[in-house]
Amino acid sequence: METITSSKGISRRELLKRCMVVGAGLAVGTGFVAGSTAAWAMETKHVSPKQMATLIRMARDVYPHNHIPDEFYARAMKGYDSEDSKASVAEGVMTLDKLAQEKGYGDYLSASWEDDRVEMLKSIEDSSFFQTVRGNLITGLYNQKEVWPLFGYEGESYSKGGYMNRGFNDINWV
Amino acid sequence: MAAKFDLNDDGVVVVIGSGAGGGVLSNELAQKGIKVVCLEAGGRHLPQDYQNDEWASFGQISWLDARTTSGDWRVSKDFSGLPSWIVKAVGGSTTHWAGASLRFQEHEFKVKTVYGDVAGASLLDWPIGLSEMEPWYAKAEKNLGVTRTNGIPGLPGNNNYKVFEAGAKKLGYKNVHTGRMAINSEPRDGRTNCQQAGFCFQGCKFGAKWSSAYSDIPKGEATGNLEVRTHAQVLKIEHDAKGKVTGVIYADKDGNQQMQKARIVAVAGNSIESPRLLLNSASSMFPDGLANSSGQVGKNYMRHMTASMYAVFPKPVRFWRGTTMAGIITDESIHDPSRGFVGGYELETLALGVPFMAAFLDPGAWGRSFTAAMDMYENMAGLWIVGEDMPQETNAVTLNNDVKDQYGLPAPNVHFSDHPNDIAMRNHAWGQAKKLYDSVGATRTYPTPPYPSTHNLGTNRMSAKPRDGVVNKWGQTHDIDNLFVSDGSQFTTGAAENPTLTIVALAMRQADYIAKEMAARTI
Repeated sequence: METITSSKGISRRELLKRCMVVGAGLAVGTGFVAGSTAAWAMETKHVSPKQMATLIRMARDVYPHNHIPDEFYARAMKGYDSEDSKASVAEGVMTLDKLAQEKGYGDYLSASWEDDRVEMLKSIEDSSFFQTVRGNLITGLYNQKEVWPLFGYEGESYSKGGYMNRGFNDINWV
Repeated sequence: MAAKFDLNDDGVVVVIGSGAGGGVLSNELAQKGIKVVCLEAGGRHLPQDYQNDEWASFGQISWLDARTTSGDWRVSKDFSGLPSWIVKAVGGSTTHWAGASLRFQEHEFKVKTVYGDVAGASLLDWPIGLSEMEPWYAKAEKNLGVTRTNGIPGLPGNNNYKVFEAGAKKLGYKNVHTGRMAINSEPRDGRTNCQQAGFCFQGCKFGAKWSSAYSDIPKGEATGNLEVRTHAQVLKIEHDAKGKVTGVIYADKDGNQQMQKARIVAVAGNSIESPRLLLNSASSMFPDGLANSSGQVGKNYMRHMTASMYAVFPKPVRFWRGTTMAGIITDESIHDPSRGFVGGYELETLALGVPFMAAFLDPGAWGRSFTAAMDMYENMAGLWIVGEDMPQETNAVTLNNDVKDQYGLPAPNVHFSDHPNDIAMRNHAWGQAKKLYDSVGATRTYPTPPYPSTHNLGTNRMSAKPRDGVVNKWGQTHDIDNLFVSDGSQFTTGAAENPTLTIVALAMRQADYIAKEMAARTI
């Protein structure tokens, strides 16, 4: 399995057998986190798959775009699977789980209502953990070229000759 | 053929910086047969190197050396190490600029007289007026190929402009058009016309936008009188026992220190680096820094009153397509104190790509309100507000002795707080911009705070009297005859207009003065 992949080397059924769904959209197995339909999977080496799943859920809660699949949030969080980050990830996820327990959930991943999770995040929004995750998402999420088309943004235009003949003034509703 | 001068050649003019001020000055002097060594801290990036990619380009060409910030401006909180959004490369910020080329208005050269005393503002009249500048503006417009001057047609309006123009007309604004832009609307001066690529800020890959990097600098080099040294960061200006400058010490591309002798030194490193260099050049003879007998070096830092307004519509706009700054409304750039503030502002269209929109729309914001805006990116229109800000002596570039740059020199600290006049003007502009977009059916509007500063001005200001400023009406320092300032730091006040055309016009005028004084052997 590659770091993040559209799990082709292994059948989806096979992959799903090896993991458990931890919340809408996410599943964890031994050494990896995956989309619950196994459309993608990401190996983790330094943080636990469940910690990574929590980070991915948190990323979506910080910048929720319903039309953007989890895979892109997972890519944005992949950098936290490192020796340098693992302690702060462990501490941050523990904090989130504790806040979830105070609201009567088992952990952050099983907190089923977004409003509840947002309330937890609000309570820690000044923490360095939250601010680091949020700040890095600005480039980690929105600077993924594969995400741009989901916002309609067309990116580079030079190789296509700019927009001179490609609709720079094509709207007619004004 | 580009020249090559000896480090011990004390007959050269050393120009520090190669942007709108330094690049133009270097070429103008070279055209007059004067030997010039232009020291540029950055590398030489040309259209083939520019990238249609916001962050990649930002990493490639921005000035990212150590800097600190203070004051109540939001940039200091959201981008604490990045007070400015300017370029470190041959061409300086003419690589990044949008191309708006506007003359100042008559009253903007004499604001102290026209506005009167404004509490907390260190207003001062320029020692020059519009009539004196007009021939130089004309020469600058011709050099830059400014649209709507010299018979050059305006650029076509893009989608963002269509929305902007419709709103302007609904509001009753009279002066709305696609701007006076230093972007070719037809092939000119060996450069093609605008292809509406939408990446003006990242360096124009088509070369349709004027930049000293590929206009003035190569023209100067072709005379055989100009040598541009890249990756040459000037650390200190040297002087002799008589108080005349004798040359500069710079770090070359390998980090080795070199001393280039000079007959004249012209500083054009933008309004943060220029005063910093003068302050870092302090000596036993000039303990407060060079040319600083007034104590005004670094003071009166201005950045224009800026802000943006982004608006979402029910239907797509695709505002990233085409010229970034595609149109202007000038109706609000008048001085009309009945609006609750002195001075005026321009409204100019602006667009950002998804990566920069995420970074700048509302820095630090998160959650559904923010993402709802981003989700409607395709349906956004946007404009930038640029107005005259009040000079304040407490807004200043100073040396931060606790933070050192890569050469071990104190980093600049940029302190800025809004003046109440700036706040009143910004609120008025946001109000007008909201009305404008609402009038064409906006469903949401987003009043976006200022970005890191591209218009850095005023930190070596021009004054009639030596006690009020750093340079005289020629940009020559009051204290040292053979030391000049050639960038926007010599602005006495900021005016409402984008500064580049005025920087270029002043550089051309200064070149004329330097040549005459050299011929007369007064310097």
